[in-house]
Amino acid sequence: MTDKKDNLETAAHPEKLRRVAIDPVSRVEGHGKVTLLLDENDRVHQVRLHIVEFRGFEKFIQGRPFWEAPVMVQRLCGICPVSHHIAASKAMDMIVGSQLTPTAEKVRRLMHYGQILQSHALHFFHLCSPDLLFGFDSDVAKRNIVGIAAAYPEIAKQGVLLRKYGQEVIRVTAGKRIHGTGSIPGGVNKNVSVEERDYLLKDIGQMIEWSRASVGIARQLFEQNLDLYNSFGRFKAHTLNLVRADGALDLYHGGLRARDLNGNTLFDHYDYSHYWDVIFEDVKPWSYMKFPFLRSLGPETGWYRVGPLSRVTQCDFIPSPLAEEQRKVFMAFNGGSATGATLGFHWARMIEMLHAAEVIQELLHDPDLQGNDLVNIGKRQARGVGVIEAPRGTLIHHYKVDEHDQITRCNLIVSTTHNNQAMNEAIRQVARQYIDGRKLTEGLLNHIEVAIRAFDPCLSCATHALGKMPLEVELLDAEGGRVDVLARASDGTFCSPG
Amino acid sequence: MSDTFQLDGASVPFEPGQTVMQAALAAGHYIPHLCYHPEFKPHGSCKLCTVKVGGRTAASCTMPAEVGLNVESNIEEMNGLRRTLVQMLFAEGNHFCPSCEKSGNCMLQALGYDLEVHTAGFRHLYPDRPVDASHPDILLDFNRCILCELCVRASSEVDGKNVFALSGRGITKHLIVNAESGLLKDTDIALTDKAMQVCPVGVILPKRVGFSVPIGKRRYDQRPISAQALDDAPRQADASGSCAACEGTP
Repeated sequence: MTDKKDNLETAAHPEKLRRVAIDPVSRVEGHGKVTLLLDENDRVHQVRLHIVEFRGFEKFIQGRPFWEAPVMVQRLCGICPVSHHIAASKAMDMIVGSQLTPTAEKVRRLMHYGQILQSHALHFFHLCSPDLLFGFDSDVAKRNIVGIAAAYPEIAKQGVLLRKYGQEVIRVTAGKRIHGTGSIPGGVNKNVSVEERDYLLKDIGQMIEWSRASVGIARQLFEQNLDLYNSFGRFKAHTLNLVRADGALDLYHGGLRARDLNGNTLFDHYDYSHYWDVIFEDVKPWSYMKFPFLRSLGPETGWYRVGPLSRVTQCDFIPSPLAEEQRKVFMAFNGGSATGATLGFHWARMIEMLHAAEVIQELLHDPDLQGNDLVNIGKRQARGVGVIEAPRGTLIHHYKVDEHDQITRCNLIVSTTHNNQAMNEAIRQVARQYIDGRKLTEGLLNHIEVAIRAFDPCLSCATHALGKMPLEVELLDAEGGRVDVLARASDGTFCSPG
Repeated sequence: MSDTFQLDGASVPFEPGQTVMQAALAAGHYIPHLCYHPEFKPHGSCKLCTVKVGGRTAASCTMPAEVGLNVESNIEEMNGLRRTLVQMLFAEGNHFCPSCEKSGNCMLQALGYDLEVHTAGFRHLYPDRPVDASHPDILLDFNRCILCELCVRASSEVDGKNVFALSGRGITKHLIVNAESGLLKDTDIALTDKAMQVCPVGVILPKRVGFSVPIGKRRYDQRPISAQALDDAPRQADASGSCAACEGTP
């Protein structure tokens, strides 16, 4: 094996190196760890983000009736279950040959944008603001949401109430704040009553105002720490996202757009029901998470970035006035430097949160929400693909259903899975910038976590490499030192990686 | 004036030939049950309706009402035993309420909530029970069967079709379809059959209905099963053949 010192994925001689683990990675959804291999001079030779749990929904959904999928698969996640609920429903719309009624599509859109609002608020305020407001290597005892509530009570309050509002939108449309049942194959099972609409309208103005302020916080952080925010974990990547037919940002529906790291369009408005012609998935022996890549570029260089940073920078415009104004500021800032920065995710995410609040307001004024034409069923199909832009990025659900209504095949390419290689690139870049050759401290290691958190990964959603499960067993001595290790690779062979 | 017996300190009138369960429900007193149904001969298998009479336990659905009985039902001792029975039923099958379309309309789930069954209690057996999706309009999900035999009785006694039966003994006892192939598609079951209406859990389901009833509108969303005793009291089939107890059980 050659020493891939430059890409830091695999060290040539791991047996001679010291292993440092960040386990678990905190303030992210799901369970993951980062391992670093360092030599006696603290030079970094290998950095990997590992996902240490296995979910397997793709397997145990097989045999279940298709109408169960939108409710079952959303149990993948407790933070953005609506994303899976709706993506599966869109796939089932194809199965039942449905053209959604206006009421059904708008109720689903309302549910989805409520989800975007609550998830983005949760991520920015609860999970990341401690790093951003206190500093990456600040006192670890205060670097949490409780510390934020003590030092910045107004910001903490706004974060909590923004999330609560998004959860209320979900409750009204799905029946429950978490794991509702509102979206069904071919439509929805309820509309939004006048009382429910008025209840949500009451506070939407305040939510838009707070979302605007949140964009301001993200921008100020960039302005005040320009060098750090521009360079931290920076790397160039291809991008993938949905766009509306007119090129606008649309998080519910659209065609696929991919651009290379120089901004050249690889494909645009691509019909996602044939996504496998442009996207493929690679498997690596050291991770439960698959590594998707653009077919035209191949597995080595075809990895890409999804999520708010890709969406906001690659759409032609945002179809809501306040968010569009902020997008233009973001794109023009410092010659466009924020659009390629890993920490630019936060700024883009807050622009999307503002957009979500504006969309919610617009939808709430739409009388179609009170319509009673909820479901439309057409000619039955055997295959269904549903794609949406979830809070963390492009989410693909793909099912095959037999003549007995049972699911026979399921493939999920989850937002975080798309970002797998990009996250690894980010932490390797941070390792080069901040870890390599230095004595490790908790603050320095937190820099790695800060880079991961920027992607807002949902690690539990993303682990489905069934049948190719790598496994590593470590033998430790009484002091916790590694005595021996045995690993099973994805091809079923065993080796002792040292 | 009717004869009476005592149930948890209340006087309950009864007609000759009534069981303790029948008299209690008719008088608006709820006794937890799963396999009991007013349109069928009492079965006495689930034991959820077990009460204490004169220091001994008995299934109230099969015990004849008698003058002067002192029946204890809603006491911690009985509810504790019921809790254990519900835990055993959950452990014996594969009951995944979060993705079950019967959630909110399921008597087993409603009883679990009502009896405050907060933990599994027993190691789950995870039986291997394949789904029978062969019928074009009806799905059989054996994972949820609690062996109450209501479908067996309904198909036999009302529908006259004998579509269902129980096979095996003890822990291997299971619901089967009376067809040479063992598949529902090879029977003459129809969506309008009584057997389609009586399953207290989510075994016998009309296809493609799924989650069409929103959360908040399902039978047990509004009031717990025990509070619906009065709804259940007139558990007599009306002229159209439907009964209040079957409402909300698609």
